[in-house]
Amino acid sequence: MNYIDGFRDPEAAACLRRRINDLAAEVDHVSIMEVCGTHTMAISRYGIRSILPDNIELISGPGCPVCVTDAGYVDTAIELARRGVMVVTFGDLIHVPGSETSLAECRARGASVEVCYSPTAALELAAKNPDRDIVFLAVGFETTIPPVTSLVPMATEKGLNRVSLLTAFKLVPPALTALLADPELRIDAFLCPAHVSAIIGANAYRPFTGPAGVPCVIAGFEPLDILLGLEHILQQVRAGDAVVDNQYTRVVRTDGNSKALALMQKYLRPVDAAWRGLGVVPQSGLGLKPEYSAFDAETRHGIKVQRGKEPVGCLCGEVIKGKTRPPQCPMFGKRCTPDHPVGPCMVSSEGTCSAYFKYSAGSL
Amino acid sequence: MANDTIQLAHGGGGRLTRDLINNEIVSRFGNGPLAGLPDGATLPSPRDRLVFTTDSFVVQPLEFPGGNIGHLAVHGTVNDLAVCGGLPRWLSLSLILEEGLPLATLRTVLDSVKSAAADCDVVIATGDTKVVAHGQCDGLYINTAGIGEVLPGFVLSPDRISDGDAILVSGPLADHGMAVLARRQNIQIENGPVSDTAPVHRLVQAAQEWAPAVRFMRDPTRGGAATVLNEMAEGRKIDIVLREQDMPYSIGTRAVSEMLGLDPLHVASEGRIILVCERTVADKVLARWQTMPEGRGAARIGAVAAGKGRVILETVAGGRRLVDVPRGELLPRIC
Repeated sequence: MNYIDGFRDPEAAACLRRRINDLAAEVDHVSIMEVCGTHTMAISRYGIRSILPDNIELISGPGCPVCVTDAGYVDTAIELARRGVMVVTFGDLIHVPGSETSLAECRARGASVEVCYSPTAALELAAKNPDRDIVFLAVGFETTIPPVTSLVPMATEKGLNRVSLLTAFKLVPPALTALLADPELRIDAFLCPAHVSAIIGANAYRPFTGPAGVPCVIAGFEPLDILLGLEHILQQVRAGDAVVDNQYTRVVRTDGNSKALALMQKYLRPVDAAWRGLGVVPQSGLGLKPEYSAFDAETRHGIKVQRGKEPVGCLCGEVIKGKTRPPQCPMFGKRCTPDHPVGPCMVSSEGTCSAYFKYSAGSL
Repeated sequence: MANDTIQLAHGGGGRLTRDLINNEIVSRFGNGPLAGLPDGATLPSPRDRLVFTTDSFVVQPLEFPGGNIGHLAVHGTVNDLAVCGGLPRWLSLSLILEEGLPLATLRTVLDSVKSAAADCDVVIATGDTKVVAHGQCDGLYINTAGIGEVLPGFVLSPDRISDGDAILVSGPLADHGMAVLARRQNIQIENGPVSDTAPVHRLVQAAQEWAPAVRFMRDPTRGGAATVLNEMAEGRKIDIVLREQDMPYSIGTRAVSEMLGLDPLHVASEGRIILVCERTVADKVLARWQTMPEGRGAARIGAVAAGKGRVILETVAGGRRLVDVPRGELLPRIC
């Protein structure tokens, strides 16, 4: 743990805070989007928003995989569970509201919905229940996509032929393109994700930089990582630069993780994807290639994910785009709390509303 | 081997019941008020007020690094008495056993109850044993109730907590919950978390010298320090302000909390006290505790300020954030 302590050193943090303050005095208003949900959570957990000068604004982006998953996807998972399929999922998704109900309510009524920490749990369940169809809810960004996709070769090898994936894989770079193109949003810089960047590599952000672009700084999740990332963003803003700056070199390489990328390339192909908040973004998702359709839950079970209905009055879509801060939503902390979430951003442990509620409740 | 496991007939009131009670209960606890197995214990009447509490224990797994359900069943109730300013004296011990429970497991647990009770200087004064069919309970559940004598001098109430008070903790937090979770998740790491299950009554006795300056005490069990501190602050015109860099955590607990993404402030301890006292005596209590084996890791973790009923953490990054109570089914069956 000494390793982590080095990235949480209070004196080094104080030093970075001073440098951020000095730089902030030399620039106008700067809106920085932290793209990744884990950054959102870490920023809240360490109270980083509370120490930034007034002209430096952190906007939370669409980086929580559960939050951007469309209600229609949840509806499809519920329909599969109702048909008797064993649905296996990471925990947060079961509480996300679909158009009518959630997987948790479905489970309470007797459907088999299994929560797991690792995708390989789906294979263990398949081995234990050879007479059941198993569908793994394949939701996530580039970090999660490779381990989930590896279920395909693993299931093949083990002869577990009743396992399939309901894919809603999402890619970060196309979402950044959509956000930068949104005329209602002004983003001056991206604090780029840590783990996603470990897969896709620092070079993946080059299209967003240059004369018409914005600074893209990759930072880790520890408090000093984040403060250093912000400090480097402000340096670029002051200098009028817009380049990719990798401050997470202990994990992220220029070209990413070639093994993971090769796995994705072998089994998956780009598809248009529906994002809660952003709508359908062209080529922003990944689905299984046709030759692996036996593992595609939609093909296998003759079901198609449709667009779902958003909860009435829920502003999660606007929160995901960074246009609305959680406390600006009329339901925040009133009708919508972590105990009784209305929208996905309050459900997920990485959701922006959940982070605001848990660590500030609008009161700090 | 049927003879090595609990059978329904062990709870039927017949010969097997008598054998079980004699061989396993009376042999360990039969010297005091339990001698002769009366329907109730007859106890000497103490000179002053009493503290009375009860707690049930359903921890899964039954054994975990640092202890088992037997230790917990004694320490949990002893500690509830202690933080009320009580000197623990008598416990009841009720067992609910599942058909098929290995007798060896029961013996291990009862041996732990015996050694923990001896260490706490409490007497198992009365008890009960029931057996339920396979599948109707999960191995073994225990209920203990406890009676203690009020130690003179303490006037404990959260209403006495005021601006300027100091917050002390008697040792590293969250070790019990993390040890149970790590075992349950099969996380095997070197120097992993070890349950802190232990009695705290000696720490309370040690603080008795400054009793009038002690405002309130709680043991941060289920829901962790976050829950206990929020209960202290809620609805009062105070904020409890903690300093993240002063929070004591063991290395194993920190490692597992990082791995599982849990805030150790939300995780249970079973051998710690959080004590709020006047600032002027804080260093004295702390120094006394640090001379004791169970208080070696004691620390001053924060202070009380005038405020709005919140618990606030000053983070290592220099920021401030709320410390919320845990929500949802975070950690079921931790004790």
